[in-house]
Amino acid sequence: MLAKRIIPCLDVTHGRVVKGVNFVELKDAGDPVEIARRYNEAGADELTFLDITASSDDRDLILHIIEAVAAEVFIPLTVGGGVREVGDVQRLLNAGADKVSINTSAVVNPQLVKDASDRYGSQCIVVAIDSKRVGDHWEVFTHGGRKATGLDAIEWAKKMESLGAGELLLTSMDRDGTKSGFDLELTRAISDAVDIPIIASGGVGTLQHLVDGVKEGRADAVLAASIFHFGEYGIDEAKKYMKQHGIEVRL
Amino acid sequence: MSVDIAVIDYGMGNLRSVSKAIEHVAPAASVVVTSDPEVIAEAGRVVFPGQGAARDCMHEIDARGLRQVIVDAARSKPFLGICMGMQVLFEHSEEGDTACLGILPGTVRHFPHEAMRDDRGNKLKVPHMGWNNVHQAAPHPLWVGIEEGARFYFVHSYFVQPTAPDVIAGFSHYPFPFTCAVATGSIFAVQFHPEKSQNDGLTLLGNFVTWNPGERDSACDMSGAACA
Repeated sequence: MLAKRIIPCLDVTHGRVVKGVNFVELKDAGDPVEIARRYNEAGADELTFLDITASSDDRDLILHIIEAVAAEVFIPLTVGGGVREVGDVQRLLNAGADKVSINTSAVVNPQLVKDASDRYGSQCIVVAIDSKRVGDHWEVFTHGGRKATGLDAIEWAKKMESLGAGELLLTSMDRDGTKSGFDLELTRAISDAVDIPIIASGGVGTLQHLVDGVKEGRADAVLAASIFHFGEYGIDEAKKYMKQHGIEVRL
Repeated sequence: MSVDIAVIDYGMGNLRSVSKAIEHVAPAASVVVTSDPEVIAEAGRVVFPGQGAARDCMHEIDARGLRQVIVDAARSKPFLGICMGMQVLFEHSEEGDTACLGILPGTVRHFPHEAMRDDRGNKLKVPHMGWNNVHQAAPHPLWVGIEEGARFYFVHSYFVQPTAPDVIAGFSHYPFPFTCAVATGSIFAVQFHPEKSQNDGLTLLGNFVTWNPGERDSACDMSGAACA
């Protein structure tokens, strides 16, 4: 049976993982390659790298990181952040990314999602949707949640699927960083609205939140950063907990 | 000088992961990613990966003049098809109603929308993406060291239906059983991605780079008898 996936997310800037990662015996808590290696050994099903570098000067750094990680970590790697054109997708894939995540640029230029998926296949195009509850619906935000778009999140998810997205990374901006759990209503609404896999993100504080994301939110994968980075929970611990609660996982 | 392992590049998707994983399991081998028919013809082993749409794949294979060298390689030397590189070995794909290489009898079909429910009635997503159990339908040198039911990483919306059941080397469930590995003669082909399937994937690739499909292997593939 297909397993639900657990995906640690690493925010990278200037070639370093920020937010820090507290693994026991990790020599360098900011080295993306070392952290990726450790998550791989711990049983992560995939890894996501989010390039939050503001200036374009440092953009090539992420390519070198992905090259180094791809040479020794043999699980799927997703890279997002600053993807603006098909050439950016190509550079990341050539460096060793298996999937590329498109966020703000999908809103600015939806054709990019179609062009990139036509050229490289839907399997490697993830569309990241940052969403906030506004009144009685959810709205899509860009620029790290600062800019409202007026787009309805459910309609947007359907549109991205129709343009060729192979997967959606759904982040609740209301929950992100709160440790109060995923926005389950939002996750479920989007998961029910499309046929492609959904990665739930934003708000994980406990292992029960991961279970809820899958069972109540109907997510196909769960993404988390801080609960894994700071050593509160291990990947293996999370998987065992999910299995105890009747969720199929890769142990 | 001929290369040990040629990874066929026909412009369809990311081949770096494949070549890196092979270099990892065969550090002493010369591994090249190539679209040169002469290099492929002279290589000791051939890996045929691929992502994207079937019609585009077939178009790119022909645009690069690779059809004959792929057919010849599949019949004459250790040959590993991965994902789209497995699908286009068959006769026809539903994806874009595409005529494929026809090296193996059978067709490629889309996961049927109406069947995509689990036993609790929940919707199953397409593409089939993630880690699923692979059941070994027949013993094969490429399965050595890999547990029955081990999980491999999949991402695909189409699956193969071989005409001859004796080529089926492995199957998976989503939600019905589908063929995810085929073997005949010097060909081994998989729907999943060994290059992205961590230790078990590397074991399979390691088995491939040392595999010598002799008469004995072929005979036991055909009969399904133990190859030990």
